[in-house]
Amino acid sequence: MLADFTRGERTTASIILGALLVVGLAMAIVGRNDLIGIHGWVVCAAALAGIVTILRQFDLPEPTPERYSEYYDAPTRLGLILTLAWGVVGMAAGVWVAALLAWPDLTFDVAWLSFGRLRPIHTSGVIFGFGGNALIATSFHVLQRTTRARLPDAISPWFVLLGYNLFCVIAASGYLMGLTQSKEYAEPEWYADIWLVVVWVVYFAIYMRTLARRKESHIYVANWYYMAFILVVAILHIVNNLAVPVSLGSAKSYSLFAGVQDAMTQWWYGHNAVAFFLTAGFLGMMYYYLPKRAGRPIFSYRMSIISFWGITFMYMWAGSHHLHYTALPHWVQTLGMAFSIVLLVPSWASAGNALLTLNGAWHKVRDDAVLRFMALAAIFYGITTFEGSFMAIRAVNSLSHYTDWTIGHVHAGALGWVAMITFGSLYSLVPSMFKRERIYSQRLVEVHFWLALSGTVVYVFAMWNSGVIQGLMWRTYDETGTLSYSFIESLVAMHPYYIARAFGGLLFLLGALTALYNVIMTIRMPARGAALGAEGDLPATPALQAGE
Amino acid sequence: MPFDHETVVGFAKSFGLFYLIILSSICLAWTYWPSNKKGFDEAAQMPVSEGEDRPWR
Repeated sequence: MLADFTRGERTTASIILGALLVVGLAMAIVGRNDLIGIHGWVVCAAALAGIVTILRQFDLPEPTPERYSEYYDAPTRLGLILTLAWGVVGMAAGVWVAALLAWPDLTFDVAWLSFGRLRPIHTSGVIFGFGGNALIATSFHVLQRTTRARLPDAISPWFVLLGYNLFCVIAASGYLMGLTQSKEYAEPEWYADIWLVVVWVVYFAIYMRTLARRKESHIYVANWYYMAFILVVAILHIVNNLAVPVSLGSAKSYSLFAGVQDAMTQWWYGHNAVAFFLTAGFLGMMYYYLPKRAGRPIFSYRMSIISFWGITFMYMWAGSHHLHYTALPHWVQTLGMAFSIVLLVPSWASAGNALLTLNGAWHKVRDDAVLRFMALAAIFYGITTFEGSFMAIRAVNSLSHYTDWTIGHVHAGALGWVAMITFGSLYSLVPSMFKRERIYSQRLVEVHFWLALSGTVVYVFAMWNSGVIQGLMWRTYDETGTLSYSFIESLVAMHPYYIARAFGGLLFLLGALTALYNVIMTIRMPARGAALGAEGDLPATPALQAGE
Repeated sequence: MPFDHETVVGFAKSFGLFYLIILSSICLAWTYWPSNKKGFDEAAQMPVSEGEDRPWR
């Protein structure tokens, strides 16, 4: 890592880490009587680890000007590994909390093992840890290839990647200690939120600076999606997390909003997190890696542009469908419902565009599990967006809301769309990023594909069944007008589905572990050309060393 | 004009409608503008072009 830094950049990196150390120490001292103090020490440890790394490598020879004729892929390489690592952690936490729902005794009366603390580790672990790292890693790759420009400098990509992962660690460790501001997908407290804003601004700046130096006049559509993801997530994150801390030495803060305004802000954030984090960013991934793997340009480039503006400007208004039958004014609920239905047009335009691109390449889909991952992702994207528009209708929502149907819907999207497109892109990217001839085992990719597909199907069907049963049991009345079932009766009826759900999740986790093993073994294979004894000018050792 | 609930609703229902109609028109016009086609066709080839995997300088 440090070998890519000039002397000046090494000094700058030391100053940044020194500043981080001071901030961490301040948090630890001012918050010594509060949980924020523990996070202060975590920040100190991260800063110290960075400073030690820099000092040990400070006298390495400076990089040569030849580096400007190569893309800067080292951050992408680490990002891909972190993606899989967080994926395994987040999915394992998911399997565990699924088991907790089926067998509640598994908390063993330990506070940090309780459902309430572990569940956000699952959601943040897979969304921000797995998804976020995948987006950062692939966006750096796609950005450089489609602009034919190298990343603007060596420090800022590392600042974004490592800084983002520090945020993820602070978030996850905070949940274990019971730190949360009780906003779904926005649980981290005020100091973690401020840090993420800093990281995010640098991330957007990398995009702008690279685009400013681009060689291609047209900005490829994948970059538009990535930029919408970065820009809108910044807006959402800042507005939803506007809060006043109790004091600088306290982790606790109070939101600027109250009552129904708070609920509306939260679900404007929550639904747009789905839209711009889990959809726009991953559509960017799809629009680059799917055509590349299929060897065919996107079916209709114009349709991809229209879908882009449709998704960007309509998702913004859909969040209120999370608040049907609440204190939210009726017309705002209707607005959210209407926009959710119209959204089906750009969503299906994207899904159809992806599938029509594969027309003429279906034999590749049959033979190549990597492309099959992406094709399946497009199918699940189509299914989930249809289901989402349907569930946003107020009458349907009266049955589905607060039930497991919602959980089933989310996982059809998260497992079927987000994770499938990520795994497909990751498998197609890993060999070239680590300069290997091919992936270690195509058979294991095949195994992973079937584990992932069967896990998703088991999970989603279990939750559809349990959700609809739950919804019906909660609205069944007898002749006297009282509810036919008590809540606990509906809970007992859920039990078999909860076991099935944990099993489906386990299959999916096994698939992710297969991917991790396959990628590690790929990295450990000899470099491209080395095995043939060719006089290639590539290093024989992996370009990514431990500690980088 | 008082800044109350009715005003905000009125604004959202009137301005919001025209804002989205105009935006859609601009987006469609730009996408289907004949002279833009060449650029789009070239851009679509970007992921599949078999050029050297290097930056331009």
